Amino acid sequence: MNIVSAQLGNSLYNCVRSNLIWPLWTRSHFTYYPTSLGTGKRMNMFNAINNAMDLALDEDKSALLFGEDVGFGGVFRCSVNLRDKYGSQRVFNTPLCEQGIAGYVISNRKLYEMCTNINNQAEIAVCIQHFAIGVANTGATAIAEIQFADYIFPSFDQIVNEAAKYRYRSGGLFDCGSLTFRVPCGAVGHGALYHSQSPEAYFAHTPGLRVVIPRGPIKAKGLILACIRDPNPCIVFEPKTLYRAAVEEVPTEYYTSQLGKADILRHGKDVTLIGWGTQVHVLLEVAETAKSKFNIDCEVIDLVSILPWDTIAICASAKKTGRVIIAHEAPLTQGFGSELASYIQEKCFLHLEAPVKRVAGWDTPFPHVFEPFYMPDKHRCLSAINDIVNF
Amino acid sequence: MSFLRKSVNLMGSVARRQQHLKVIGGATAARDFSSKPSDDYANFPGAKAPFVSKLNLIQPEDYAPIPIYRVMDQDGYIADESQDPQLGREVVEKMFRDMVLLNTMDKILYESQRQGRISFYMTNFGEEASHIGSAAALEMRDLIYGQYREAGVLVWRGFRIDQFIDQCYGNTDDLGRGKQMPVHYGSRELNFVTISSPLSTQMPQAVGAAYAMKLRPDNDACVVCYFGEGAASEGDAHAAFNFAATLGCPTILFCRNNGFAISTPSHEQYKGDGIAGRGPMGYGITTIRVDGTDVFAVYNAMKAAREYVLKENKPVVFEALAYRVGHHSTSDDSTAYRPAEEIEIWNSVEHPISKLKRYMVHKGWFDETVENEYVKDIRKKVLKQIAVSEKKLKPNWREMFEGVYAEMPDHLIEQRSELEKHIEAHKEHYPLKNFEK
Repeated sequence: MNIVSAQLGNSLYNCVRSNLIWPLWTRSHFTYYPTSLGTGKRMNMFNAINNAMDLALDEDKSALLFGEDVGFGGVFRCSVNLRDKYGSQRVFNTPLCEQGIAGYVISNRKLYEMCTNINNQAEIAVCIQHFAIGVANTGATAIAEIQFADYIFPSFDQIVNEAAKYRYRSGGLFDCGSLTFRVPCGAVGHGALYHSQSPEAYFAHTPGLRVVIPRGPIKAKGLILACIRDPNPCIVFEPKTLYRAAVEEVPTEYYTSQLGKADILRHGKDVTLIGWGTQVHVLLEVAETAKSKFNIDCEVIDLVSILPWDTIAICASAKKTGRVIIAHEAPLTQGFGSELASYIQEKCFLHLEAPVKRVAGWDTPFPHVFEPFYMPDKHRCLSAINDIVNF
Repeated sequence: MSFLRKSVNLMGSVARRQQHLKVIGGATAARDFSSKPSDDYANFPGAKAPFVSKLNLIQPEDYAPIPIYRVMDQDGYIADESQDPQLGREVVEKMFRDMVLLNTMDKILYESQRQGRISFYMTNFGEEASHIGSAAALEMRDLIYGQYREAGVLVWRGFRIDQFIDQCYGNTDDLGRGKQMPVHYGSRELNFVTISSPLSTQMPQAVGAAYAMKLRPDNDACVVCYFGEGAASEGDAHAAFNFAATLGCPTILFCRNNGFAISTPSHEQYKGDGIAGRGPMGYGITTIRVDGTDVFAVYNAMKAAREYVLKENKPVVFEALAYRVGHHSTSDDSTAYRPAEEIEIWNSVEHPISKLKRYMVHKGWFDETVENEYVKDIRKKVLKQIAVSEKKLKPNWREMFEGVYAEMPDHLIEQRSELEKHIEAHKEHYPLKNFEK
């Protein structure tokens, strides 16, 4: 009951808010399903991300936060007030150059420690103090923002050839595990070709990276803090349409979400629906409709981690239901759904009652005025459920 | 609001006043401006400059090329005694020996690649002075990022012959665990970041590392990033120059301009005044250009550059001009695109080792027999090490799966066991005897 009213409140709020700005583009393709109504503070996703980075900067004095327009608070307000709080040496703007940001971010904690090793004891003590962050893990050094996922491609070389391979190629002498990229992604209603892309599959083909996508504020905060601590280079793709639209009661204290682990958001026995980011909310709504209209029990899984991904949870669910639908905004061909589908086919062959179905963006660039026809919306997902059940 | 406007006005008047002084001070400046320059000073946020009322296209030729600093002439004489670094005999001898060591090792490893004993090699011929001169002016705590033709820096820092050769063989004693091609050296101990093949990617990384260093209390270490003039055409080079300048990073961006990027001569690489020409006007970076075949010039300039970057927390663009005497790599025959006679000049009169040798002769520090003994000794050591390194086992093949992530994820554990089973069943098709068990 609480959930329903929260959703209602949210969509009303969104409607009112967005009506003020873009009357023509108001209808969003999803209804937000909050994870839980916990005991935290009411935050939208950009508040939660801001809170996460605040905690990270506070906890680890070596942590830096930078990117284009990060200084004044970011174009999505994620870093608002952080420069005032932590100083312009730690929270700062970079020149407008994604490959520069990516290259810059790779300079890492281990190097930094290494350079201090040579120096005298007193300095080592200062540095240890400087870096001591409670846990024995590597901790934060750099949080870089790429303004839109669509603009991450100039840094593709630095991420794929450098960041991802740093530890491997040096035989462990060097690594850049303490870097985290924050990258707004996904459809936003009117973003067209270069403010809507979901490029997770490009990076999923790169051993050495972690790629995660939150579905809302609670998850975003937990994933960002986990990525900052994780000893591997991480990319957090943040569905930007959720920055304001998603509101949850987010715990204010420090916590992390487990990386590489999928969340089962709704249990069911007939069909497994897998998605991530905003699409999870589409699938949750579809599952509700399927139940009420057709009495089909859908299991909804938020994959959360694209690389490495939770094969165990996915296969367990696929074996239970025997029917799987994967939905993502990115184009179909070579989208991450292909990887899931082929893996499920290989590992769960005898349990499958129907071919694994992918509902995705079309194999076109992301269009402007045609966005409602491009999206893997609830109607396309629902009709896929009908197809797969009646196979 | 009113406060803001007031401060803008204030800034404007300060700027006008400064401009006025400049115009009075400089005759060239005065020629370009009208008689009342102080009223013509622009207030655009993007640039601080005077207005002019005559159209004037700024031509590259309007600027004199940045001169090349040198200390020692072709014959090994110091031209200006005030520029003599006054290095003791011991230091000069180490410089000379390290250059000779590198040169000798290069010759043998090059040959061994020709014989198919290692898969690939890149020599450092003609650029020994840039490596040794710059490395000698640095402290061990300074962090080095290289491109791939900076082995001399490692020699100076104490990387051993066996470490070089083990890396080329990718055997079990290779610090990089056999994962990269030959000459992709790295050493944590010596503060030398592992080389990677993609050009220029190390440049913005070095800038980032320098920024992190700057934030340390009482920092007294800088970052040096080596790259070729070809690599300077990459986007990452632009990123690095600009980030280093805007973010104030104590880093020396050291360009080895050796005239060629594989077959591409530098006149097809850029039209400006080399790489140094981009520094002061282009990115607002303090710049030095030196004769890279003169070890003392490189040394002096690096000393000054190091002092500057640490004092100012600003970068330096450093261009060392030399000539790539050797082929680009063992996969290249450079006589296909340049005359042999040209190479010969740079390999004899203009060669950095010959120049230093002449200097030592004048000083009475050079002994032919000692040198011959030294070269012979190095040859012996290198040849012996090749024999040892090539017999060493390669690391266990399972290491292929290690280091992708800090901890091995489930899917890699699964893939490793899949390969284990496969190899168990098809042992005869794999070179298992060469790998550690």
